[in-house]
Amino acid sequence: MREMSENLLSIQNLHASAQGREILRGLDLEIRPGEVHVIMGPNGAGKSTLANVILGDPRYEVTEGRILFEGEDITAEKTDARARRGIFLSFQTPEEIPGVSVESFLRAAKNAQTGEMQKLLPFRKALKAKMEQLGIPESYASRSLNVGFSGGEKKKNEILQLEMLAPKLAILDETDSGLDIDAVRTIAKSIGRFKSPKNAILIITHITRILQDLPVDRVHILAQGRIVRTDGAQIIDEVASGGFASVLG
Amino acid sequence: MAKEKTAIQELDRSPFDFRDAVQSDFSTDQGLTAAIVEEISRVKGEPEWMLKHRLRSLELFNSIPMPAWGPPLDELDINNIVTYVKPNTAMKDDWREVPDYIKNTFERLGIPKAERESLAGVGAQYDSEVVYHRVREELLRQGVIYTDMDTAVREYEDLVRPLFMKLVPPSDHRFAALHGAVWSGGSFVYVPAGVQLDVPLQSYFRLNAPGAGQFEHTLIVVEKGARAHFIEGCSAPRYNVVNLHAGCVELYVREGATLRYSTIENWSKNMMNLNTKRCSVEKNGAIEWVSGTFGSHKTMLYPSSFLKGEGARSSFTGITFAGSEQHLDTGTKVYHMAPNTSSTVSSKSISKDGGIAIYRSDIHILPEAVGSKSSVVCESLMMDRSSRADTVPVMDIRNDQVDIGHEARIGRISDAAIFYLMTRGLSENEAKDMIVRGFVEPIAKELPLEYAVEMNRLISLELEGTIG
Repeated sequence: MREMSENLLSIQNLHASAQGREILRGLDLEIRPGEVHVIMGPNGAGKSTLANVILGDPRYEVTEGRILFEGEDITAEKTDARARRGIFLSFQTPEEIPGVSVESFLRAAKNAQTGEMQKLLPFRKALKAKMEQLGIPESYASRSLNVGFSGGEKKKNEILQLEMLAPKLAILDETDSGLDIDAVRTIAKSIGRFKSPKNAILIITHITRILQDLPVDRVHILAQGRIVRTDGAQIIDEVASGGFASVLG
Repeated sequence: MAKEKTAIQELDRSPFDFRDAVQSDFSTDQGLTAAIVEEISRVKGEPEWMLKHRLRSLELFNSIPMPAWGPPLDELDINNIVTYVKPNTAMKDDWREVPDYIKNTFERLGIPKAERESLAGVGAQYDSEVVYHRVREELLRQGVIYTDMDTAVREYEDLVRPLFMKLVPPSDHRFAALHGAVWSGGSFVYVPAGVQLDVPLQSYFRLNAPGAGQFEHTLIVVEKGARAHFIEGCSAPRYNVVNLHAGCVELYVREGATLRYSTIENWSKNMMNLNTKRCSVEKNGAIEWVSGTFGSHKTMLYPSSFLKGEGARSSFTGITFAGSEQHLDTGTKVYHMAPNTSSTVSSKSISKDGGIAIYRSDIHILPEAVGSKSSVVCESLMMDRSSRADTVPVMDIRNDQVDIGHEARIGRISDAAIFYLMTRGLSENEAKDMIVRGFVEPIAKELPLEYAVEMNRLISLELEGTIG
């Protein structure tokens, strides 16, 4: 069943729990193509849970509500099927996978998403170009995925995957945390390159530097498992100066 | 929604699982008596000393009890095992002369295609006897001997007799004694001083007859300053009766010599694989064991290094994959017997669908082995909650001027890592496959390319039950 096809993502009354504890308590969210949304909120509000639940993390159970992507109900779908629809999550702490190189991993992911075998040389060329733009040394292509990477390198590697996989919806979970100012700038530039009228970006953050160069359409304040306020970009500055108390009222 | 691949319990081992009708010239009755042992020796036309060795081993076999540790072996009844099955052909050195049914078997297993491409010499054993042996001309000119063990006993007595079952005496354990009594086939390799064999020699062992045992003996001598790489491969079709493999490998690495000994074992799951492999290493020599254990119902296998000369080295790189119905007990032993000897051990195991993988190692550093170093790293990965893994690393250190490192890790495959890979579009099976391949990658890169490919293929078979 298709409905509200103008929405890329539509979350309706979403309740989710982990180990019997409810974390999301009736969350609604709508994102259209071409938009940039920001979710802010205090620690423990459920921001990362939301990101993981959109991707179908089996550690969380959806007890009520549903998630629609391009009008189709994906609430019960497996994670890889959601990824193949074009949903991407940049992890706050990406897993380390010893023995699997960045290049072979990304090529396998691209194969899985496109359903066709990526030719080695053109793929490698595209990968190298993206790595250079992100300031990732060429040697990282043959290193084990995230193993021994610094915090900043892991985040850049997530953005590299974002650019290579070119999803329709990119969810960035605290991609800017723990990064120096140059790295934030590089990543912000990359996100700017990625943004198009056809895709959308959902940024989860508690700092605001990454937002400086991006035109933000909507800012949502998440507290206690719900979106308690939605407004324009101006509330980012309110949060920056007065903390969440100032916007929660 | 995309159709998910379903993992199945019973694996498709079809590339290995074809059986030939048994076409043998001669086979012994089941069980083991002095008459059978004498008959084997007579058929082989052996010298008297070997017959005596066999009969003494038989006496030992009858007096030594079953091992009191390791996987339970009560399914094994030697009275039900045919110890000797002679294929109806003499040994050939021209592939065209090997009988078609045997030739087809080895062609399907990729031999001697491998020989044409990358090997210096090839041997192929079918049931109890070696049916094919060939070595490149230039090696013969350098004095390299590569032949089947039976021929070596008859033709190179001066080389063989002082070494045969000296590293693995028949008195060592029950299956060494059994081996001493009924051994047949295997390879003999002699690499003269200073000769560098840059391309590997390979022997392939195929056990076709149901309810039979394979007891091949491999003896390799690498003389002073020489270098060699030997590869052995093993497989068998599956039967619903117990088969037994009790081979024996004795390796002599002389001063400054290097030997790499690689094995990919893929016996069928009715096989009891009770194999003994030992190497003595003299001054500044090196042994490199590479060992992949995939098949068999039960395995006990601990390649052992005796570092006898100053500066001798050993390295052991092992991978064990235990699926349903498998209890694989593998590892290594090292005896540091001289100053400044060193050993490294790197072992990985994977268990799945109720499989049991036990890592066992024994590192002994004797009082005289001052300045010695040993580093042991063993990791076990369990794919589900019904599988088991354990590590039993033992170190016995008798002097204090040593440098010892030890790391053991046992864990279940990480759900978070699987989720991470699935968010990039990989199915659950593809994600697990990728994690496992990455886990074994340090071992895969030690293998010759075709074997690394083979290992990855076996892992995919084990994980998905289909050929990926």
